[in-house]
Amino acid sequence: MLQSDKVFWLFLPNTMTRGMTQYWDESMERLNGPDLKEIQEKRLRNTVIQAMKIGYYQKKFKESGIKPESIKKIDDITKVPFTMKKDLRESYPFGFIAVPISDVIRIHTTSGTTGKPTVVGYTKKDLDNWAGLIARNLTMIGLKKGDVFQNMVNYGMFTGGLGFHYGAELCGLTVIPSATGNTKRQIEMIHDFSVTAIHCTPSYALHLSEVAEEEKTDLSSLKTGIFGAEPWSETMRKELEDALGITAFDSYGLSELYGPGVAFECEERDGLHIWHDSYLVEIIDSKTGEQCTDGERGELVVTPLVKEAMPLLRYRTGDVTMKIEDGCLCRRAGRIERITGRSDDMLVIRGINVFPSQIEHVLLSRPEVGNQFMVYVDRINHLDELTIEVEVNREFFSGELHDLANLQNKLVKTLHDALEIRTKVKLVEPGSLPRFEGKAKRVIDRREIY
Amino acid sequence: METDEYCIKQISVFSENKPGRLAAIAKALMEKKVNILAFSIAEADGFGVVRALVDKPEVAHSILSSLGFNVAFTEVIAVRMKDEPGGLYDIAEILGNAGINIEYSYAYSGKDGAVLILRVDNSKDAIEKIINLGATLLKSSRFH
Repeated sequence: MLQSDKVFWLFLPNTMTRGMTQYWDESMERLNGPDLKEIQEKRLRNTVIQAMKIGYYQKKFKESGIKPESIKKIDDITKVPFTMKKDLRESYPFGFIAVPISDVIRIHTTSGTTGKPTVVGYTKKDLDNWAGLIARNLTMIGLKKGDVFQNMVNYGMFTGGLGFHYGAELCGLTVIPSATGNTKRQIEMIHDFSVTAIHCTPSYALHLSEVAEEEKTDLSSLKTGIFGAEPWSETMRKELEDALGITAFDSYGLSELYGPGVAFECEERDGLHIWHDSYLVEIIDSKTGEQCTDGERGELVVTPLVKEAMPLLRYRTGDVTMKIEDGCLCRRAGRIERITGRSDDMLVIRGINVFPSQIEHVLLSRPEVGNQFMVYVDRINHLDELTIEVEVNREFFSGELHDLANLQNKLVKTLHDALEIRTKVKLVEPGSLPRFEGKAKRVIDRREIY
Repeated sequence: METDEYCIKQISVFSENKPGRLAAIAKALMEKKVNILAFSIAEADGFGVVRALVDKPEVAHSILSSLGFNVAFTEVIAVRMKDEPGGLYDIAEILGNAGINIEYSYAYSGKDGAVLILRVDNSKDAIEKIINLGATLLKSSRFH
């Protein structure tokens, strides 16, 4: 017992209370000015040392004529070339792992741009860091021991499930790892276990609220909703809060930067605090790669400062936002505005990232269909639907309906395997889809999400 | 037994399930003076196959293909039925007894009686069995 208490204290900084604001790690969360810069620079230098254990970065530095030891100050980071998602893909599976694989104690994956997924690895220290960041977020929005937390996201390779799970446990919450699916059962648990906080995609929360209303189940124990993994608007926030009687908070993260917990709203809900001791933030013009000025929107580029297994330098997230420079009433520093779009063509469907290139990759592998396709995204009863139109190849048509129906089922299955979401496939007549001369515009998103 | 003369060329046209597609097919056939003798639409999830027996299958195939339609020929057989109560039963019983499995079927009733059009797994085998059991098959020359 004594032994385990000791271990516990190693990871558990004091929860501080100052006025109404709760902190998990107050000194770190409120770090600012020269003190912040000092810790960021120290960690940046360590991250560069860690990154130099990776063949990709050794090569990149050599090609660009940069000496690792020349990256000393925050501003020096701009000398380093960006790291793109496709670089991770090309190094599949373990090319970006900077430690012996035996020191990687967990692997998650996220959607790749084609074929293979993107692999992310964690050492013991990484998992502790990550859980600590989640604990900061949960404490920031007022959750503490005594709260009952239902985690309604995928617990598999997706980082949202286990990421929040361990952070919430560290924070002392009672965690219900309900994962996804079976909405009636989810509602029953919220009611029966007097759940106070939920985490899921915002669209799923709306769906859940409707089912609860049909079932006439009382969900008044709920007070907090954490929503992430897909973009959602202020209108949706209002709808969620009215329907569920909660305060709704936006959560931001991506697997390449551990997962959820990178940035989070505080009780002010005026931008997301991005944990500046752990993530170095730049906003760039995605076309030119130049730094944006303060208050200008651009692509979020992040250099994680504490990652051990998989250090990254200037990772391009593809998410569009801007820095908020004014101070926040909660006295934490470092904010970004809510994500307002993507600089690439990635779609978020029911919380899962989908790249049109993945769809193309699947279709290219099937000779029965052509290479032209169109993707339509709709939100039906609050849930995203992806419809893919594809042309049947002239040579394939035998005259038999069942051959076409089989092809349709096969495509649905192959796409499901590749994208991890169910899609609707519409077979269309050869030559009927639009042909693009310049940049193809194959995706029509009919949702209103930002 | 010579079975080829009973094999009839049906045209099968892949079509998306949306307004105007049938009209486009029918208009093309009208303009080429192709007469439709029998016709049906089979529907699946969002698309269908239009099946027709026409007097000039080659002309129909080429005009529809040139308009961008995906067209194929499918071999079917046509059995004469009595155009009175029990007419379908007589034929269906023969098919059942002969162990012939129907993939799909449609029928029409015209000046000279009723006709059941059948798509079966093995046309040659079905033709022999149907004739041996005493039913009347229509030769393809009656259509084309």
